[in-house]
Amino acid sequence: MEFLTPMGWDEALAMKADRPDALPLAGGTDVMVELNLTAHRPAALLDLTRIPELRTWSTTANEHIRLGAGVTYRQVIDELADQLPGLAMAARTVGSPQIRNRGTVGGNLGAASPAGDSHPPLLAVGAQIEVSSKTRGSRLIPIDEFFTGVKRNALAPDELIAAAVIPTARGPQQFSKIGTRNAMVIAVCSFALALDAHTEVVGTGIGSAAPTPIRADEAERYLTEVLQGLRLWRRRSPLPESVVRRFAELVAEAAAPIDDVRGTAVYRRHALSVLARRTLTWAWDEYWATGQSAA
Amino acid sequence: MTLRTESSTSTGRIGDSPQRPDATLKVTGQFAYSSDLWMEGMLWGSTLRSPHPYARIRSIDIAPALAMAGVQAVLTADDVPGINAYGLDHPDQPVLAEDVVRYQGEPVALVAADHPEVARLAAERIVVDYEQLTPITDAMTAVGHVDWNTPGRTGVPSLHPDGNLVRHVKIRTGDPDPKADVVIIGEYDVGMQDQAFLGPESGLAVPAEDGGIDLYVATQWLHVDQKQICAALGLGPDKVRLTLAGVGGAFGGREDLSMHVHACLLAIHTGKPVKIVYNRAESFLGHVHRHPARMRYEHGVRRDGTIVYVHATIYLDGGAYASSTPAVVANAATMGIGPYDVPNVRMDCYGAYTNNPPCGAMRGFGTVQAAYAYEAQLDRIAAELGLDPVGVRCRNALHEGSRVPTGQLVDSAAPVVELLHRVEALPLPPPVDPSRLDLREQPGGVSNTTHGEGVRRGVGYAVAFKNVGFSEGFDDYSTARVRLEIVGGEPVVTVYTAAAEVGQGLVTVEQQIVRTELGVEKVVLAPADTRVGNGGSTSASRQTYVTGGALKAACEAVRAEVFDVAQRCYGRMVRGLRLVDGKVVSDTEGGIGSLADLLADTVVERTVEWRHRPTYPLDPETGQADAHVQYAFAAHRAVVDVDTELGLVKVVALDCVQDVGRAINPQAVRGQIYGGSVQGLGLAVMEEIVVTDGLVRNASFTDYLIPTILDVPPMRVELLEYADPHAPYGLRGVGEPPTISSGPAILSALRQATRQPLTHIPVHPDHLIGGPVALTNPE
Ligand SMILES: Cc1cc2nc3c(=O)[nH]c(=O)nc-3n(C[C@H](O)[C@H](O)[C@H](O)COP(=O)(O)OP(=O)(O)OC[C@H]3O[C@@H](n4cnc5c(N)ncnc54)[C@H](O)[C@@H]3O)c2cc1C
Repeated sequence: MEFLTPMGWDEALAMKADRPDALPLAGGTDVMVELNLTAHRPAALLDLTRIPELRTWSTTANEHIRLGAGVTYRQVIDELADQLPGLAMAARTVGSPQIRNRGTVGGNLGAASPAGDSHPPLLAVGAQIEVSSKTRGSRLIPIDEFFTGVKRNALAPDELIAAAVIPTARGPQQFSKIGTRNAMVIAVCSFALALDAHTEVVGTGIGSAAPTPIRADEAERYLTEVLQGLRLWRRRSPLPESVVRRFAELVAEAAAPIDDVRGTAVYRRHALSVLARRTLTWAWDEYWATGQSAA
Repeated sequence: MTLRTESSTSTGRIGDSPQRPDATLKVTGQFAYSSDLWMEGMLWGSTLRSPHPYARIRSIDIAPALAMAGVQAVLTADDVPGINAYGLDHPDQPVLAEDVVRYQGEPVALVAADHPEVARLAAERIVVDYEQLTPITDAMTAVGHVDWNTPGRTGVPSLHPDGNLVRHVKIRTGDPDPKADVVIIGEYDVGMQDQAFLGPESGLAVPAEDGGIDLYVATQWLHVDQKQICAALGLGPDKVRLTLAGVGGAFGGREDLSMHVHACLLAIHTGKPVKIVYNRAESFLGHVHRHPARMRYEHGVRRDGTIVYVHATIYLDGGAYASSTPAVVANAATMGIGPYDVPNVRMDCYGAYTNNPPCGAMRGFGTVQAAYAYEAQLDRIAAELGLDPVGVRCRNALHEGSRVPTGQLVDSAAPVVELLHRVEALPLPPPVDPSRLDLREQPGGVSNTTHGEGVRRGVGYAVAFKNVGFSEGFDDYSTARVRLEIVGGEPVVTVYTAAAEVGQGLVTVEQQIVRTELGVEKVVLAPADTRVGNGGSTSASRQTYVTGGALKAACEAVRAEVFDVAQRCYGRMVRGLRLVDGKVVSDTEGGIGSLADLLADTVVERTVEWRHRPTYPLDPETGQADAHVQYAFAAHRAVVDVDTELGLVKVVALDCVQDVGRAINPQAVRGQIYGGSVQGLGLAVMEEIVVTDGLVRNASFTDYLIPTILDVPPMRVELLEYADPHAPYGLRGVGEPPTISSGPAILSALRQATRQPLTHIPVHPDHLIGGPVALTNPE
């Protein structure tokens, strides 16, 4: 196995173009487990940890955060909890302190597991994934189109993930994850919610309950219409119980879970409806009580 | 009796808590575990395992593996020079499979190569032609039963020549047809728990010039390994020498052989040292687990809560090979009524062969499974009769002077009532403060699933009942050699024993015993190996008792010799001699002289083989016998918060009171109680090897979950010290009882919080919310 060590982004892209069979290596918290536990041996490892620009984030002109693929969960928690509260909440649930120190959002996207915890909050806010290749330059993939199958994503063989481009929060966000242990657990299912008080739009993301992370489109549409129709954003009044219930039902219906060693399909659907109900209540309480709004 | 709540670290004698001799090395990461063994020029071994739970081997083609560069040997069953069978109870397990494989993961072939990757890749190239057979995956079916305790199923294929019944233990006492006011019937099943030790199976075999072999290995019992290895290699014990390598946890999972014979075979074959280290997935397939159990209990009670009778049936799934199943069956049967005085008992416990992973020893050894059933039954009795759960337990509790269902007299302290009252009297944790949300205190933890919604609290109690030491007439002994000499003007004691330190702290206790008995500060522990006599197993909570007993006796022999020497020097008999701070002192005449002066060049060395009092085999029809050495008791109270909508659990408190007879090392005793309680917690709420159609579905720490610090509450522990007059220093084995009662106490608390029956252990979120029961081992 070869070990390739590009010192800069262009060099990395050149190497990837040269060696599409080289497996990118960021924090290694997925890659090393895979190498240790399975017989799979990539022809080469492409070590991305020496590229400084991957490890930084910046704010773009239109109030988005451009999060370098190599930014760790620890950084997200420490530095971005205000701008990206949903992602930061998800980051807090990832693994253990050691894993959060090494693991990256780019690596989570690279692995594209249906259980990846960064995915639901990225779906809920409609992030875009910036990918690059030596020959074709950069392109932005909407997060809805990024996950193409179980542990598969939309990258071409010569492409690398450069960054996630994520709108900053304009309203309350929540993330909840079910696991049968109170820390360091892979999601049995998870749910992210983002309320955009500016556009008055609701976003969602569901993890571990379908072949890929997904949005609950119907639920988003329903709640967006109800909140707008009843002028609840402006009235800042409590949500009718029936609305919360219907939203929760629609979230559960959006899922396509299976029975596996971590849980049953029936339980996952049920749990998603509970999480949807609770997170919506918390988010709306926050919006309503604090009067916090971007309007 | 003294009650101990604080521990001290003073002078390192009995009753103190001196630092472990290996503490600094372990904390700083410098302790050498068996996986760290290394030798110049060594080869790496790899094991090819069966992917099928049950199959006939039509052929094995090793040529593609042999053809790989770097491969030095590829071996199959044909290359086993001795008897291709081993086992703790009886040898039924092949070193390498011959014509049939009986479980997923059964070793089929071995490779030695100059690099671990090459060895692994070569093993994958071996071509095995299997004819798959239909696995038997249920213990009740395997023994031909159509219903509880009811034979009648025919045509079940036999997995072994003598059929699928490994052992049936019957206990019959009292009135066979008793009458009761109220009858409570419950059925329970317990999933397969893993020892989940962190140090994977590993060792290094070094071929010797005399044609023998030196094996460095992490194990629980060097001499029983040696015996089995000798048989497989066709070598005498003088040619097979074992030395204990650093053990990274055991809990019963290292009582059986794993890579031992394999490494020796490869080393002998290649003439080079061979190291084998399992990876995590292989480790899950490479050692025995705790037996899954199906249990039916019928309790007949009077209206006042007095238990009139218990009729119980237990099936233990032993998997493909016997391992220690016969002894586990006896334990589950004889301890299976719990620490309760019941006049009329009918117990049937079966151990079965199936095509599931082999099961054997794990901390608690058969009593853990039964405790889930009997304690659930006690709670149901209380609920049915409107009585207090602690009160019902106290009403039926064993006492010193009671007889257990085997007819054996409880002839030392059995403070069940006091344990319960003390644990009940410990302060309860405060309710969660809703104005101060700390996610770490909520079920689900930082995963942010509840801010208090749906959360209900429950409190539950359970009592552990465990036999200490080997039972049923087993010749259970240990050997200790003690050598006292003067080195550099200072007395130094060297202790030789083959007893395995597996993390429990025997090494510390050994030093404490010597310091206490011989008044010598400097105590050196020689490496545990087979050059000294059998130390017996590090299991059954027995090493402090048995090896401690042997060491005490060896020290006494050395001391007697020292007193002889002293009196010879002194020129006459002196009364009331003691050894204090390196000096011989007389109660009547004061200082006689320092050891350094008295002994000079004399080396005093004594070896003692020490036995606890004898035990006797169970009567095959009635199960009557004085089968056990000693009984141990612990009581737990668990407090849980359950998210009743999501089925997530936070154990808020897990307090324990245990009678330890004498706390030789109070800090180590507490360590056992904390660790044992957590291992019990794991089985209660998360730990299960999920096996479907004979295939393990979660052979990794990603999906075999063990508790993290956020799953473990602070624990209050109280020790009682009622001396057992039959035991050295009055001590009682401590390692297992806390593992037995903590889980049932948690289940009891969960039932109170959820009002669900919770008959499957571990509980799953589905069960806690009363939804469809799913994801258990298939029936
Ligand atoms: C103990 C433990 C606990 C864990 N807990 C969680 C958890 O709770 N939640 C969770 O979601 N995950 C968890 N994981 C999985 C893992 O930590 C995450 O998926 C993490 O985000 C991976 O990031 P990494 O930087 O370590 O990626 P790596 O392991 O380095 O890479 C992961 C994948 O992404 C690819 N890749 C990395 N960077 C790029 C890039 N720039 N362009 C293209 N491809 C790239 C790699 O080739 C690889 O396929 C856990 C892992 C461990 C070992």
